[in-house]
Amino acid sequence: MTDLHLADLSETLLEEPIRKGFGRGLLAAGKLDVNVVAACADLTDSTQMSLFKAEFPERFVEVGVAEQNLATVGAGLAAMGKIPFVSSYAAFSPGRNWEQIRTTACLNERAVKIVGSHAGVSVGPDGATHQMLEDIALMRVLPNMVVIVPGDSLEAERATLAMAKDHRPNYLRLAREATPVITTSNTPFEIGKAYVYEKGSDVTIITTGTMTYQALRAAEQLYKDGIEAEVVHVPTIKPLDAETILKSVRKTGCVVTAEEGQVAGGLGGAIAELLAENHPVPMKRIGMLDRFGESGVPNELLEYFGLDAKHIRLAAHHTIDKKK
Amino acid sequence: MKKQPIARLEVIANDIREDIIKMLEHAGSGHSAGPLGLADIFTALYFDVLKHDPKNPDWPERDILLLSNGHCVPVRYATMAHAGYFPKKELLTLRKFGSRLQGHPERTRLPGMETTSGPLGCGLSQACGMALAMRMDKQTKRWVYVVMGDGELNEGNIWEAAMLGGKYRLNNVIGIIDRNNIQIDGPTEDIMPLEDLKGKWESFGWHVLEVNGNDVEAVIDACNMAKTIVEKPVMIIAHTIPGKGVDFMESDFHWHGAPPNHEQAKKALHELRTLGGKIRGEHE
Repeated sequence: MTDLHLADLSETLLEEPIRKGFGRGLLAAGKLDVNVVAACADLTDSTQMSLFKAEFPERFVEVGVAEQNLATVGAGLAAMGKIPFVSSYAAFSPGRNWEQIRTTACLNERAVKIVGSHAGVSVGPDGATHQMLEDIALMRVLPNMVVIVPGDSLEAERATLAMAKDHRPNYLRLAREATPVITTSNTPFEIGKAYVYEKGSDVTIITTGTMTYQALRAAEQLYKDGIEAEVVHVPTIKPLDAETILKSVRKTGCVVTAEEGQVAGGLGGAIAELLAENHPVPMKRIGMLDRFGESGVPNELLEYFGLDAKHIRLAAHHTIDKKK
Repeated sequence: MKKQPIARLEVIANDIREDIIKMLEHAGSGHSAGPLGLADIFTALYFDVLKHDPKNPDWPERDILLLSNGHCVPVRYATMAHAGYFPKKELLTLRKFGSRLQGHPERTRLPGMETTSGPLGCGLSQACGMALAMRMDKQTKRWVYVVMGDGELNEGNIWEAAMLGGKYRLNNVIGIIDRNNIQIDGPTEDIMPLEDLKGKWESFGWHVLEVNGNDVEAVIDACNMAKTIVEKPVMIIAHTIPGKGVDFMESDFHWHGAPPNHEQAKKALHELRTLGGKIRGEHE
């Protein structure tokens, strides 16, 4: 779609880790607003906070390997008018400090920006302990929390800038590995909006994060199969853009969701809740099915767990069959 | 606020204790021992130590007071009402539906309540975050006070914050530990020993003061001294008697998490109003 200014998928796409976009976005947000500050739990390079730290050392706090402290120091900074971005691996923040986030950010209405990097099985060799899969579910159930999962580094950059202006607690989920950059600097991003990346009428493929690229590739293959798939990219899982999603599903009559995390409570869970109450249709959920990851090369893990274009395509065929 | 003589503050602390008993009896649930033990500390803070304005709770230059062990909030509510933050009659809404005085404090419901607390161990780290923000903004004449329980020090989050405060030498943080030696399951040294408590904090890079937390004047002096310590954050270990002022509650851990019933409240109020039988109560 031309108005979204997406990259041309027929060309070779630039690949870049999504977290890199966060690093650039944080630096840019820091330049725009003196109140933007950052805190990290001993993973400054990994989470790409190093750019901000180098430019604004006096606005950077190193809390050490202490994620409970990370979240609550963030709440304290926010209480004094700062806009704190606090980062670690998603497995530890929000994995370890959920209650601190619940009480001191969400219930307390302090706009802490939780940034969880290295989410999903594509973390690879580090294995299951570090492959965070439950973070979307953990953050989505918290009142007042906004959950953002960008699809590429450029979107992560725009999301970070938008988060700095948002007055709510936010969770930003980032992936480690290089991901094809499917948007351009002119692609829109607004918190709470879903975007139709590919138009179609036979099936709606709803995706977030790294799986959006896979869905676009699946749509190409489906087109060759004679199926026109609509791909709806959902970078904000909460609040969910129900209008855009329901409009698409009412048109296509069946759904596939895809995410690099547990479908229970994740994007798949959110869409299932929305559709069950508003417009029940045949549905398949691609994602982690109540199990943990393991060590391996990212691509082999994604294939093994069925988190790729091939499996999205198969799921689309299955769900279309169920329509009849 | 205009400073008042110590004798007057002691009367206020006693009034606050009476209110705590009435509130808890009326609520039918809540914690008795901790709030009673903290009445002198909260009186010292609100009526002498803190820079604050009850009519302008968001005053940008105010000192911040965090209550980390949120279950002791009845003492804060009672003290805030006495200080003029809200009408005293509202105290009897404690823990009732629709009240601003939630069972555990919620910042967004009550002006002047600086943070939401209850789940333990989160106050000191928020204080550190606030102190870091003040430093970034070059606010030097502002302090963050944080009152913690001693049982609460079992929480790992406390010691994460202790390391951070020591690392950044957050000299505008003044912690006050309510060292009353009890927690829900029993004496602190049985449940999870804290001693050598002073040595622990010192080894984390804090300047430690010890004080009788049931002596209003001593608490004021300790806070004033804490403000003169510029090279480190300060932790005041305030030794208090849980249930202070009510003989049958004092130092009995069973009163940590229980409210008085009507008869017990009557007895407690009589004791508080007669200063333990030493004077005739005006209500008799």
